[in-house]
Amino acid sequence: MAAIAPVGPRARRSTPPRRAGSPRGIQRGEAAAGWLFVSPVIVILGVFMLVPVVMALWVSVSDWGGRGSPLSSDVSFIGLQNYAAVTTEGGLATRDFGIALRNNAWYVLLVVPLQTALSLFLALLVNRAILRGRGFFRTAFYFPSVTSSVAITVLWLFLFSSSGVVNEVLSWIGVTGPNWFNDPGGILHNALAAVGITQGPAALTDGGVLGVSWWDWLAGPSVAMSAFILMAVFTTSGTFMLLFLAGLQNIGAETEEAAMVDGASGWQRFWRVTLPQLKPVLFTVLTLGLIGTWQVFDQIYTGTQGGPSKTTLTPAYLSYQAAFGSQDWGQGAAIAFMLFAIIVFFTIVQRIVLRDRPVSARRARQYQVRTDRRRQP
Amino acid sequence: MSSHRTRSALGATALLAAGALTLTACGSGFDDAGDGGSTDGGFTSSDDALTVVIGSSGDAETEAVTAAVAAWSEQSGVDATVQAATDLPQQLSQGFAAGSPPDVFYLSADAMAGYAGNGSLQPYGDELSNRDDFYPSLVENFTVDDQFYCAPKDFSTLALVINTQLWEQAGLTEADIPTDWDQLASVAQQLTTDGRVGLAFGAEYQRLGAFMAQAGGGLITDGAATADSSENVEALEYVKTHLADGTFAYAADLGAGWGGEAFGKQLSAMTIEGNWITGGLAADYPDVAYTVAPLPAGPGGQGTLQFTNCWGMAADSPNQQAALELIEFLTSTDQQLAFSDAFGPMPSIQSAADAWREANPELEAFLDGAEYAQFPPNQDGSADVITDFNSQLESLSSGDPTSILDSVQSNLEAIVG
Repeated sequence: MAAIAPVGPRARRSTPPRRAGSPRGIQRGEAAAGWLFVSPVIVILGVFMLVPVVMALWVSVSDWGGRGSPLSSDVSFIGLQNYAAVTTEGGLATRDFGIALRNNAWYVLLVVPLQTALSLFLALLVNRAILRGRGFFRTAFYFPSVTSSVAITVLWLFLFSSSGVVNEVLSWIGVTGPNWFNDPGGILHNALAAVGITQGPAALTDGGVLGVSWWDWLAGPSVAMSAFILMAVFTTSGTFMLLFLAGLQNIGAETEEAAMVDGASGWQRFWRVTLPQLKPVLFTVLTLGLIGTWQVFDQIYTGTQGGPSKTTLTPAYLSYQAAFGSQDWGQGAAIAFMLFAIIVFFTIVQRIVLRDRPVSARRARQYQVRTDRRRQP
Repeated sequence: MSSHRTRSALGATALLAAGALTLTACGSGFDDAGDGGSTDGGFTSSDDALTVVIGSSGDAETEAVTAAVAAWSEQSGVDATVQAATDLPQQLSQGFAAGSPPDVFYLSADAMAGYAGNGSLQPYGDELSNRDDFYPSLVENFTVDDQFYCAPKDFSTLALVINTQLWEQAGLTEADIPTDWDQLASVAQQLTTDGRVGLAFGAEYQRLGAFMAQAGGGLITDGAATADSSENVEALEYVKTHLADGTFAYAADLGAGWGGEAFGKQLSAMTIEGNWITGGLAADYPDVAYTVAPLPAGPGGQGTLQFTNCWGMAADSPNQQAALELIEFLTSTDQQLAFSDAFGPMPSIQSAADAWREANPELEAFLDGAEYAQFPPNQDGSADVITDFNSQLESLSSGDPTSILDSVQSNLEAIVG
């Protein structure tokens, strides 16, 4: 202990030396300098993130009407009334929230797997050394990601208009395309209607949650929302392709070669060797995908404003609409916080599902040479 | 926890607190001050310049308003600037929340109640020197809780717009212009051909509501919700029948953004639209010749809908006295006729009616509508109800009018009590 005595009375035994050859840890002056350097970021984050978030939380439990400061004395605490209005009261606000959640849930359910699979596929394609013009393809696939979402939305409105390019192409193969952005029909309902089922069983139509019947929850994304789903997959796959590409290039060629020597087929090499090593990237992609898809806003704001028949309404847009459109600022903030809770919930679920599990005993046995180590994970 | 970490945490907290204080300091303008000058008869007055924010339909409107405001500035000596908003509701909400709203602004009838409810608006209607010149239904349109909030800027009504060429091709004459629902159905039938429907309009209450008015119904009557009345059911049944037989159609189902586009592209021979269609057709489809006729009467007589905006005044404006004078100037006969000339709306004051008729003889049907026009509900929260109603009307052809109207009824009851 004598060696570290000069540090002073506040030195703590529990702190191990930070670096070999520097047994003294951080000096007090250095700590102050450290705080000085990070303070701009802390101030910026505090002023532009923490304070607004706390204020929004206050708005969500207050009766602030949108005039003057939410912290002024004539704004009062009303508990969870705003949350109740959109979840349990059963009025229009509840139904709108239910519809928005329904729409967004289908969006997430379809976009996240599709964009992950597509971006992985694209990454595998452009990662191949034998592919000619890899650079060109990398740029081409990435291009939609760097374009503004507003511009892409406008492009999409043209492509998917009733006489647009998409319907034109469909007509070549004899398909009469739908009037995409004006078609409120849910695609599952449409599929059922094609086989003659237009009314759900009473068990589904009578009950429901958040003012939306089970039958309507199961409608599937509307045709209009499907166009947005295609757009999301189109625009985000490029970004996630880059992430996967970085992950793929970090994987040494040795394991692949070893697997080849062992006689693994291409599919087995991908499924058993490459994909497990991509797990951290997969985790990032899924997390970013989940967060992004639950927050979908720009497309709705520029494109359809929630129509047709509210089938592209999402919680993020509804929150904006409630606050700025209807002056229901408390409800808007409440929706935003519930959206936040949903995102946190799904991120945690996904973490649990994708966590590193100990290798099962059965599988571990294949790799065991000595029986005495069998029980070890 | 170690003392080192404690200190770090304290440091971070202090920084955050400082940040929060800075924010609050910046936000001192938030407090309802009205500190802009002396108060005179409930109105503030000061030397402050005025800011006018408008939701403009285009360059013609922006230029006309800018010129009018500049003329007033010249005359009154009070500086005033005009700004065309890109997203007016958002800009207004931000201004009210920050305590620095524009002094004078366009305000839509359906947003008025929300802003009035939180005290953002200065109700000045009864102070206007030309108060009694406004059409009574427009005054009512901007009256909430017996307070006449703001001066109607101008207005529009719905009428039947007929493609003259297609009309003649179908062997119809001026005498065939429909005056009741049966005649409307019959001419729509005659005008329907392969690839063209007789009548197209938007899938929304803002068009179908005219049929409800003609049936003798309406959403709110004398302050009570009457959405589920038998008249309204009859109106929607009528529309549904003809949507089903293919003589009527929603514009969106024809691949058009609105009735005017369907009409301009000749996907329909008739449409139900307001005054604004004249500008749209002149700009995009100048070759389409048309006639404007009053909407045919239904079982309950004649009916149409009127749409209007007003000149809102902010409660937080430091110079309301000047704002009132500006608004009086902008709603004067001469000024309204100049606006009408520049971008097409109808004057909101009766003293300008004759001059407007003279200038626009072919559009008289729009002005005649003022006699019997209903206006969409203007209670706080009604915009959401209408949005929901519209979302159900989009699937009217497969829906049940009674259950649609029942849901509107319960939503309306929640807001009118």
